[in-house]
Parts: sequence; C-alpha cells; structure tokens
Amino acid sequence: MGPQHPSTHGVLRLVLKLSGEKVVECIPVMGYLHRGLEKIFEWRTYHQGIRYADQADYVSNMLNEHAYAGAMEAIGGIEVPRRAEYLRVIVDELSRCASHLVWLGTYGLDVGATTPVLWCFRDREEILDMFEEICGSRMNFNYYRPGGLLYDFPPGLLSKLERFLVRYEKHIEEDYVTVLDQNEIFLERTMGVGVIPPDIAKAYGVTGPMLRGSGVDWDLRRDRPYSIYPELTTVKPVIATEGDAYARYRVRLGEMRLAIQIVRECIDRLPGGSVRARLGHVWKCPAGEAYYTVEGAKGETGVYMISDGRAPNPFRAKYRGPSFSNLQILPWLLRGRLVGDVVAILGSIDIVLGDVDR
Amino acid sequence: MTIDETVEPRPIDFEHDVIQKRPITGQAGLGTPADARPTQGILASDDNIVFTTVQNLVNWARSRSPWPLGYGLACCAIEMMASAMSHHDLARFGAEVFRSSPRQADVMIVAGTVTHKMAPRLRRLYEQMPEPKWVIAMGNCASSGGEFWDSYATLQGVDTIVPVDVYVPGCPPRPEALTEGVLRLREKIARGG
Repeated sequence: MGPQHPSTHGVLRLVLKLSGEKVVECIPVMGYLHRGLEKIFEWRTYHQGIRYADQADYVSNMLNEHAYAGAMEAIGGIEVPRRAEYLRVIVDELSRCASHLVWLGTYGLDVGATTPVLWCFRDREEILDMFEEICGSRMNFNYYRPGGLLYDFPPGLLSKLERFLVRYEKHIEEDYVTVLDQNEIFLERTMGVGVIPPDIAKAYGVTGPMLRGSGVDWDLRRDRPYSIYPELTTVKPVIATEGDAYARYRVRLGEMRLAIQIVRECIDRLPGGSVRARLGHVWKCPAGEAYYTVEGAKGETGVYMISDGRAPNPFRAKYRGPSFSNLQILPWLLRGRLVGDVVAILGSIDIVLGDVDR
Repeated sequence: MTIDETVEPRPIDFEHDVIQKRPITGQAGLGTPADARPTQGILASDDNIVFTTVQNLVNWARSRSPWPLGYGLACCAIEMMASAMSHHDLARFGAEVFRSSPRQADVMIVAGTVTHKMAPRLRRLYEQMPEPKWVIAMGNCASSGGEFWDSYATLQGVDTIVPVDVYVPGCPPRPEALTEGVLRLREKIARGG
C-alpha cells in the first residue's frame, strides 16, 4: 500500500504480508516527507525556527509553534504577558479544532462517507479565515514569538469568534453527530475495530486522543500544566474506555466540544495589556536546555532545545512528534486483522506525515 | 410555437436561412465581444453553428475538464483539499475529479515538498500518466525548493525531474491561487500547449 494510495494519509507506505484476507505482518515505511527539519532548526535563528516548527504538523500549526516558543522561553526564563497567554490558548484550541475537523472529514472518507468532509471543511474555512485576520496567513502562521505573540487580535474578532462558536456548536451537535453517530455503516466499521488496551497503549508511548480513547486519564493540559491551563475551570479531559476506533472518534468529538468551552472561558476572562514581553532589539538566548511539551491535537508535542548561549541559533532542537509515536503501535494493531480494516485503523490513529517524518 | 400546416414544408436553404438571414456578428463567438472570446480559433454564430478546426475543438474540449492526479505530499495538500471542498469548489472549473490512479489523470498537481526519496516515485507516476499530460507545481517547495533550499533531503524544485507547465507560488498557496493556476492551465491547453 502506498506511498501514493487513495486512502493513506499523506505519503506513508505500508508493506503488508497477507494470508488470505488476514494481515500477518505490517511494516510501515516512512521518510517520504523527511525534510530534515531538526537539522534546519540548527541552521536558523531562534525566530526563524518558529516558522519551520509550523511545517511539522501542518494541520495544527499553532500547537507546534507553542512548543517551540515555549522551549525558548523556558531556557531564557521569559515571562509571558497574561493577555498573550490567554490569546495563545484561544488560538491553540482553535487550531486543535481545525485539526480534528480535518481528521473527522478524512476519516469519514476512509470509512465510506463523503458528506462529513464537505461539512468539516466548511467549519475549518471559518477558523482559517479568523487565523488570517489574526496573523495574515491561512496556514504556517509564524504567529508565536519568544515572550508572547506577534500581534494582538484585530478589533471585532472576538465577537466574530463568539458568533462562530455558536454556529460551530450547532454543527457538531446536529450535523456531525447525526451523520456519523446514527450511521449503521460507520458504527459497524469502527466499533470493536483496532482495540488498544490501556497497558499496551502505555507501553508503546501512545499519547493524546488515542491514549484517552483507551481509558487512560492523561492530559498534559491538566497533568503537566503549561500556559494558563491550570487557572481555567473548564479543562476536563475527555475519556472513553473502549479503546476502539469509535472511542477515539468520541474522544476527538468531545475535544472539539471542550475546545469551545475553553475558548469561551478565555474570552470571558481575557485581561488587557501587552501581548509581547520586552526583550530588546536583539534577544540573546542564554545557555541552557529545556524540554517543553504541549498537548497537541494528536498527542504530546514537545521540543527539546539546547542553547550554547553564544550562537544566534539553537545548538540542537529535537522535535517530538506525536504522530510518530502513535504510529509505532500500527504493526501491533494490524496483526491478525482483516485487510479491509487496515484503512479504518490507520485513519483512526490520525497521523500527519509531516509530523512523522519531519 | 404553433405550426401552420397549410404551408408546404421546404428543405432548408443554407444560403438563405443560415448565412444570409443571420450573419455572424463581428468576430465574436457566441454573441460575446471580440476581446472576451472564450477560445481562440473557434468562430461561432448565434444559431449554434460553429466553425473551427478539429485541433481547436479538441483543445477546447480538453481544457474544460482537466482531471488532476491527487498528489498531495505536504502542507499544500491540505490547501488542495480545501480548494476542492465546498467553500472554494474547484468543480466550478471542471477540475475537481481527483483521481487516485495516474492512468485516469490529465494534470499532476504536485502539492508539497518533494524529497529525494519521493522523487523516483513522482517520476514514475508522471510516466504512467497517459498523454497529453500537464504538471502544476503547487507551492514554493515544489516550484523551487522554497524554504527548504538548504535541506539535505529535499529536491530543489520539481522541474528538475518533470516538465512543469504552471507554477503556483505561496507557502502554501491559497485555494484562490490554485484555482488561478488551474485557469491558467486551461488557457494554455486551449491554446494547444
């Protein structure tokens, strides 16, 4: 299967050894999108690196930027203004919604439903329009800065965002749930397919919605708090216990609802003030190293950065992509399954090949 | 319209009924001004009689629905999907039928970074496409290497391995930009390119 196959996500290649209709062995072949991002981080200055962090998981760019900027701030001990932290959480959660919408649409295509993808991209376009107003770009935003954000939100955006959230909430409850949750074919193809027990999920280092779909209560927003998440009252991780593809679908849908709550709370409590700490014209990163993680749309997104204190670029920046770690479990999941379930299982992992190969 | 049955039917006189009675208005095609003529080399009168060469007709027909090969590689693939979806709706220009098989495709939209590992596959897929075929390089990476200009793993522009007809700049290009690229390609095909 692959690398150019209608149902693979991106350019993943799967070598499948079959016995009749049963999968005996599956070897994922990666690297078709390996662009040498971590090496490029070493060649670019700290500010330029933010732009390249966008390219890793290109469906939820803001979250990668948060990890990269957060690592810089952790090394430099930079205090981020409170307004910037709130705005960061808002764009993070919107980015998570955009990512889950792409997943929901393409997963619908994987299991044979064409309508959800059209509806999901309708909502995603609205989110991207707002991102465009915020930072001038639909994708690959380059919005985070060490010590804050590039710009404040433009006037009128918050009310536009609130109006969008009302519409979006209605779409989730009326459209997506109706077209998928009451769809016999969708239920048949996802329930009991690709079951991951909690201990196996932990052993393989699976994170994010996949881990929570297996019933493990682990969410970095609560358990390794960063930004202003500990102050928010609405952050309650969504858990499902079955561990199958349907449970992961429910978790992601729940996260979309949760994101609406979080964004609303942030809008209500949004403080005034600056969005960027004063660092001077030439900011020099002190020597040190830090690992900063955020709860990405697909799992733990982290950047491990080492600075030698002299050069304008990081000595080393390791990007931990959640898709790569989540993909490790695929050979275990596919062993003994029917070949028809391969795409349903692969789709439920929600990989982005930019994140896998980097 | 009622038919008067008392009048004797007569055969159509081409000179009298078609050409003399309704002369071709100016140089326009289908009643449009000359500068807005849809396709070069096609001359049409108001009563649906078209004068052209077979070559022009074939080019015109080809240009109206180029079927792309869905060759999404990286970030641009998401924008390519977005341009085919409900909001931007590439179907308005006949190019929404993304084929998974190169045998059924006319246009290869190379959307994203091409790495050295991917380059031989891309070349093979291009060779598997039947003639005539065109290539759109979508995004900076596919056009020239873009922001990965010094990466050890990426190809510096897809035109080093396949001939490219239309370059769409942007990182990633907006769906409107891709639509414009498809329209430019349509013009090129209609000109016989």
